[in-house]
Amino acid sequence: MSNKVFASVALAVALALASVTQLIPNDYFFTAAYTVLLFVILATAWNILGGYTGYVNFGSAAFFAIGAYTTVFFYNAFKAPLAVGIVAGTLVAGLAGLGLGYLTLRLRGVFFAIASLALAVVLFIFVVNWDYVGGARGAYVLQPREVPFGLPRYIHLIYAVQLVMAAIALVVARAIEHSTLGRGLAAIRDDELAAECSGVPTLRLKIFSTMVSCALMGMAGTTFPYYLSYIEPSSAFSLSYAVNSIAMPLIGGMMSWMGPLIGAVLLGSVQQLVQVTVSSAWNLLIVGVLLVLFVTLAPNGIMGWVDAWRRRKGR
Amino acid sequence: MMVEALLEVRGVTKRFGGFTALDGVDFLVRPGERVGLIGPNGSGKSTLVNCIAGTLKNEEGSIRFEGRDICGLPAHRRIRMGLARSFQIPKPFASMTVLDNLCVPLVYAARRHEKLPPGRIAEEALRILEQVGLAGRAHAMSGGLTQVDMRKLELARAMAAKPKLLISDEAMAGLSASEVDDVLALLFGLKEQGVAVIMIEHVMRAVMKFSERIAVLVAGRKIADGDPQVVVGNAEVVKAYLGE
Amino acid sequence: MEVSWALLANAVIAGLLLGGFYAAMSVGISISFGMLDVVNIAHPAFIILGSYIAYIVNDRFGFDPIVVSVVVSPLFFLLGMVLYRIYYISFERRGQESLRGLAFFFGILFITEVALVLVFGVDYRMVSTRYGDVTWRAGEVDFPMRLVVPFLVSMVMVIGVQLFLTHTFFGRAVLAVAQDPLALRLMGVNPVRVKELAFALSIATAGVAGAFLIVIQPVQPAIGREFIGLVFAVCVLGGMGSIWGTLLGAFVLGLAESFTSTFFGPSWAPAVSFGLLLATLAFRPSGLLGR
Repeated sequence: MSNKVFASVALAVALALASVTQLIPNDYFFTAAYTVLLFVILATAWNILGGYTGYVNFGSAAFFAIGAYTTVFFYNAFKAPLAVGIVAGTLVAGLAGLGLGYLTLRLRGVFFAIASLALAVVLFIFVVNWDYVGGARGAYVLQPREVPFGLPRYIHLIYAVQLVMAAIALVVARAIEHSTLGRGLAAIRDDELAAECSGVPTLRLKIFSTMVSCALMGMAGTTFPYYLSYIEPSSAFSLSYAVNSIAMPLIGGMMSWMGPLIGAVLLGSVQQLVQVTVSSAWNLLIVGVLLVLFVTLAPNGIMGWVDAWRRRKGR
Repeated sequence: MMVEALLEVRGVTKRFGGFTALDGVDFLVRPGERVGLIGPNGSGKSTLVNCIAGTLKNEEGSIRFEGRDICGLPAHRRIRMGLARSFQIPKPFASMTVLDNLCVPLVYAARRHEKLPPGRIAEEALRILEQVGLAGRAHAMSGGLTQVDMRKLELARAMAAKPKLLISDEAMAGLSASEVDDVLALLFGLKEQGVAVIMIEHVMRAVMKFSERIAVLVAGRKIADGDPQVVVGNAEVVKAYLGE
Repeated sequence: MEVSWALLANAVIAGLLLGGFYAAMSVGISISFGMLDVVNIAHPAFIILGSYIAYIVNDRFGFDPIVVSVVVSPLFFLLGMVLYRIYYISFERRGQESLRGLAFFFGILFITEVALVLVFGVDYRMVSTRYGDVTWRAGEVDFPMRLVVPFLVSMVMVIGVQLFLTHTFFGRAVLAVAQDPLALRLMGVNPVRVKELAFALSIATAGVAGAFLIVIQPVQPAIGREFIGLVFAVCVLGGMGSIWGTLLGAFVLGLAESFTSTFFGPSWAPAVSFGLLLATLAFRPSGLLGR
């Protein structure tokens, strides 16, 4: 299936889902679905640098928050509509990724990982101290009174936008995976030195991969301020984003675009249930335990099981 | 008639902290030439390979390939110019099949100066695999190969870059006699294509059979360079090997 | 703001005292990351764990937290051994360290933090010690005991580790294991065992450092993450794997934080360690001493 065909299918599915689900009367569905979709984007984005290229990014929360706070900034400064915020947030997050990558990708992968964590902490402190976007008290973003497309509530629009963005993220990930670029990234992941000596411009590809990954993570965050009409640093920079963006691709399978999707839908849905029934702390504990279990016992994730099963059947 | 050098290494010095791994090494390779590079363990052979290939930076000296100074270029640029190397300990792309391993250099290194149309990449990879005798394993995962097959894959991957100069770094270490012959045949095959080869080996029988010229490195210095029979009889060379 | 001599002197003293403590927190990373090449980003989790254990005993029985931590350190040592075993079997042996090893330790860090939240909640906890409120004054310069006592014990611990590494057979085996595991084997020493015990030592130091931490400041589960940057910054600044380098890096960081706190406000202090780490990685990755 070519990229164009896949993109059309993905978009069609997204729009179909968006329209059909409007019939669901329960508002909670939309908030839960929004969160799961958020994770689909985040996990897919993380995996472009993580699973495809082999570089761990612990700072997903930072880029998510960059997307969110850019939206807030543009809203405060220009009363910009959502669409502008989305584009701006994605671009700024991409630039931040470019900066981080340019500074640290010449070093070993572990230093990139630590630097990404460092970035998250520094950015958090910076935002907490920046009053223009609300600082520690938080900022309000007013949802427009008139909801476009005749939808009943604003959350319905946000949910639909999130669906489309999830489709975009999947299309981008799949396109990279099947391209020459993807082959180069896989070579870097398998053995960076051998890749460099096979003609792969490793630094350039790594920086590009980081940029795309971070831009998409930022994109996931751009609708966040509109979700609750309110944003404050500890929720924007929540640890849940960092651990989930690693756990979901790991559990789903890091080698292809389907893994993060499966991981996000499964783990995300489970978490929505657990959060309502038990507590968010228990919820995070479960994610952490699953992460450790999978990384030690089943590092290829669910897709890895599927592949192994397929290979056994093929014999 | 003066044939212009393909690779010209002049006065290359490489230090690691206080330790001098290479000390003013001069080295020359002509187009299509078969040169053996020998020396005791730790004499700097791998360091020299790494400096030529671009994975290490030499502190002093110059390295010219086809007349161009390549000292500042990253490794991936050098291989695109036609300078390929294999690794002493094979480094396959473990998540890919044998065939796909070759597609990486074919796409990233060879396409530049051979202009392979995208449709023919897999075909070309298979052709190279046939040359080295790995065609039967084309769709096997590269992580699970036997030792000798991995060495062949290393060389095949270097060949897939369509090089003008190929550096074979101890490809025969630890192989049986017949396996050594397999790899030797592979390297001889390159002669037909006019590819210059630097063979780094400890297996003397192979070196003597293969090389038109032998250079000897001891403790970071080149102590001999010339006709194989003459070099092997050189007193200093004998001392370097026996005196270990 | 008036910059008086007293203000400056106090900033320097506080910075040095903190620096000693930072060295104690980071000496474990110098071993596990600098010498063994294991990226244990969960190291701060064990520091916090040490803090909480010291807190429980202090709260229940009133014993001095630092004494408690030393008594309890064999438990941390065992914990370190178990952790290394799991790490080794799952990752190092299979040769897939980087990404999976990192994710593994991140998971451990995460689980520890969340588990502590579940047990203790998010409130800050502190200990009460006999010297906690005592402050020596030398003219206009303050020497708060809650900083001085941990500083002194930290120095003992760090110098003790350095002496252990350079003067005992096992210690020298640790120094050798990163550089030449084959030579060790030829001497009849199992390199895996050496690494396992060295890693256990690093976790033990973390547990003890946790007691220092809770004497110096109140603790809650989430602050572990802030210290990741600190311990790795100290290790990288110090040139990786050198205990003297760790001391130097720790003092530099302590002074930088103290000055930032004094002149810009305490909320910026955690940014200093991470900022310094980023800057070092970007511009001088071989550390201050530059190998």
